[in-house]
Amino acid sequence: MAKKLIHVTVNGQSHEVAVEPRLLLIHFLREQLNLTGAHIGCETSHCGACTVDLDGQSVKSCTHLAVQCDGSSITTVEGLAQNGVLHAVQEGFYQEHGLQCGFCTPGMLVRAQRLLQENPNPTEDEIRQGMSGNLCRCTGYQNIVKAVQYAAKKLSQAAAAAA
Amino acid sequence: MDTHDSSLAERKAGLAGMGDSRLRKEDARFIQGKGNYVDDIKMPGMVHMDIVRSPVAHARIKKIHKEAALKIPGVLAVLTADDLKPFKLHWMPTLAGDVAAVLADEKVHFQMQEVAVVIATDRYAAADGVEAVQVDYEELPVVIDPFDALKPNAPVLREDLAGKTSGAHGAREHHNHIFTWNAGDKEAADAAFAKAEIKVRENILYPRVHPCPLETCGCVASFDKIKGELTTYMTSQAPHVVRTVVSLLSGIAESKIRIVSPDIGGGFGNKVGVYPGYVCAIAASIVLGIPVKWVEDRIENISSTAFARDYHMDGELAATKDGKITGLRVNVVADHGAFDACADPTKYPAGMFHICSGSYDIPAAFCSVKGVYTNKAPGGVAYRCSFRVTEAVYIIERLVDILAQKLGMDKAEIRAKNFIKKEQFPYHSPFGFEYDSGDYHTALNKVMAAMDYKALRAEQAAKRADPNSPSLMGIGLVSFTEVVGAGPSKMCDILGVGMFDSCEIRIHPTGSAIARMGTITQGQGHQTTYAQIIATELGIPSEVIQVEEGDTSTAPYGLGTYGSRSTPVAGAAIALAARKIHAKAKKIAAHMLEVNEGDLDWEVDRFKVKGQDSKFKTMKDIAWQAYHQPPAGIEPGLEAVHYYDPPNFTYPFGIYMCVVDIDRGTGETKIRRFYALDDCGTRINPMIIEGQIHGGLTEGYAVAMGQQMPFDAQGNLLGNTLMDYFLPTAVETPHWETDHTVTPSPHHPIGAKGVAESPHVGSIPTFTSAVVDAFAHKGVTHFNMPHSSYRVWKELKKHGLAL
Repeated sequence: MAKKLIHVTVNGQSHEVAVEPRLLLIHFLREQLNLTGAHIGCETSHCGACTVDLDGQSVKSCTHLAVQCDGSSITTVEGLAQNGVLHAVQEGFYQEHGLQCGFCTPGMLVRAQRLLQENPNPTEDEIRQGMSGNLCRCTGYQNIVKAVQYAAKKLSQAAAAAA
Repeated sequence: MDTHDSSLAERKAGLAGMGDSRLRKEDARFIQGKGNYVDDIKMPGMVHMDIVRSPVAHARIKKIHKEAALKIPGVLAVLTADDLKPFKLHWMPTLAGDVAAVLADEKVHFQMQEVAVVIATDRYAAADGVEAVQVDYEELPVVIDPFDALKPNAPVLREDLAGKTSGAHGAREHHNHIFTWNAGDKEAADAAFAKAEIKVRENILYPRVHPCPLETCGCVASFDKIKGELTTYMTSQAPHVVRTVVSLLSGIAESKIRIVSPDIGGGFGNKVGVYPGYVCAIAASIVLGIPVKWVEDRIENISSTAFARDYHMDGELAATKDGKITGLRVNVVADHGAFDACADPTKYPAGMFHICSGSYDIPAAFCSVKGVYTNKAPGGVAYRCSFRVTEAVYIIERLVDILAQKLGMDKAEIRAKNFIKKEQFPYHSPFGFEYDSGDYHTALNKVMAAMDYKALRAEQAAKRADPNSPSLMGIGLVSFTEVVGAGPSKMCDILGVGMFDSCEIRIHPTGSAIARMGTITQGQGHQTTYAQIIATELGIPSEVIQVEEGDTSTAPYGLGTYGSRSTPVAGAAIALAARKIHAKAKKIAAHMLEVNEGDLDWEVDRFKVKGQDSKFKTMKDIAWQAYHQPPAGIEPGLEAVHYYDPPNFTYPFGIYMCVVDIDRGTGETKIRRFYALDDCGTRINPMIIEGQIHGGLTEGYAVAMGQQMPFDAQGNLLGNTLMDYFLPTAVETPHWETDHTVTPSPHHPIGAKGVAESPHVGSIPTFTSAVVDAFAHKGVTHFNMPHSSYRVWKELKKHGLAL
């Protein structure tokens, strides 16, 4: 199958890669860039294990083609920590026991950081709604809610300190 | 507190031992995308496998056309049953003493059965190859209902078993009959019913559901032709047993097989068995001499890997007029699908279903389970429970509710009246179990007080009196007892291997340690909690204790993680291995301090000379001595291995209460409160216990409120994607309230009983109890799960309650 050249920026690093037009974004990230953080759980965009951030939006990379991302900027879980410092959502999931098997976690984290940019002070209901595109079979979500609240608090304190 | 006490407390806290809500050691890699799951593994020269599956449920295979597939660029091979025959790999033994087709041999027995595999250079080419393989089928009559399957003129499903009048579990009465298994005393039970003042009976279906972990099943098999060694990374809850099975099937010595369970994205029973995909990938790697990866997709996972439940239960209770239960009878028709691939200890084809006398002191009881073949996928695993305990708890809890209703008794009162009393433990159940410990009355009283049960009943009465109330209110109550930690090897084995488990601990010269285990974590946090047991036993900070599992080349042999057996069995092995080290360390300490062993006291992290706080040696000091200059007559090093064969099961219990509000317009059920009190004996890490309980309750909610695998008459599974199969999101999932009592197991070295499955087992009947309770004033005693809005709305209509 004829390949198409795409240019994407992933976690701040630019890549120019020839891909099959049918290649899914999740396979591009996992198999060509070796970013195996995002996972495949359902192939129907229900579970959210494959969630990545594409130009400021949470997307399910299992139902996105790599060629659709030409010219885009993508953040995966591997790009959340900066200079060895964990992102507030990563810290929150650790502190509040927001993960068990860890399979959904990369998608949860990427979604949570976007949710907190969309709504820095979400209520519990807003967190539950905002995270509802990501399924978890282990935690029952209660500690995930707490983890997002932890991160919201930490981020707002940091923002207040910076202001 | 004096200085000694405060430094003691500080030293104790520094260990982060048992009882500490220590944060998880596993998290660092998972929150940074550095987990190592099967599909993350890449090996040089690795190729991909995909599976051709049957679109029909029952058919004869006329011909398989490979040619078109083989012409596709990247496709290397197409294998069918005929290709596996020379290696005798086209059929494989199941855990239940049956055989299952690896690739369909002349016939397909269920929709989505494995018919052929395609090996290709990448997963897209493999998928192209699957599309191009054409199979000619001659369709046969399909049997979906297990009662139909037992009719005299029912189609013969398993032609390979023609003429076999007995199977692994006794006589077969019919060509689609697998076994009939009985427990208890039929005569005594019949006598109790003959003289009963009150009898209740109900037919209850526990529908077929699927554990559906978020990660599907898969493997990377790599056979080195030069060395004759096979390495396979696999999503397995029991890697050591898999190694034994692979050795028996392939003829490769176990010493040349390495099975590795890397990080596993949830198991819940789904990853206990050996599936055709694993066998084909291994076979392909052996033939080709290159690594072969197979990872199934979600549709394949739900359609073809192990389901759970599918029990058609007919239950009866006999009782006195004042509510004392005198007898129990349960008859089950169990739909096992096309091959009997239940994952149970060998001697128990219905698992621990005979725990169905529950938390009650019932003098006479009998149960009988009949396993039946149908044209559905094989399985019958314990979905977040110990071997059929969920089914058992469901039937007894439903029957007790029904009996209470018939007698006009309160559901709490009837339970309290029939509970096994604290002083009756160890309690011998009518089915032959010896319950280790329990205190059900205390737990019930605690929950009743916490929920203000009386006030809830008053509120419910007021609502019922108001014809304009927009909702119905229901209160559910369940008191469950589980049997976990399989098990004593005199009773329990898998393929002849006793169900012990193991631990090897090595203390390094500078006082840090590594423990290797026969179990394998799938999210339970073993790397965190196992270290805590060692920390407390040996006085080494859990921070410097590494825990490794899942690699059969390094870990001691163990039976794996399922049936809440990790803490009851492996947890005991850890404590006893640690105690062996402790005993040796004491000898070394005595030598170092120039006293007799009898003059030493153990205190948190050190041996000290009795009455002399300043004369002591810490475990760290002792470790150095053990490698540097051990006393004469004591061999160097500080390590131990323990294989623990439990003397008995453990019996965790709990009391759950739930309040629901059902919308009379839509049938939507809102969980207003759910209060879960669990008693798992000694608690190792309260944070992790609570997390496990939240997860189990949520999986229970999923089963009770929406999960089922419906089939049409042609055997099509109507719902094998996450579009149709219910996995709750954060929005539907209720808020959970948790509580506990602590009744240690008297026979377990640290008193722990296991916890992760209790909330699943206990919550499911609690939801049903609550939903049905909302209709109780209309004389409704039971309706089957799942309690989806539509099904509940139909009940509202039926009883004139819909708005």
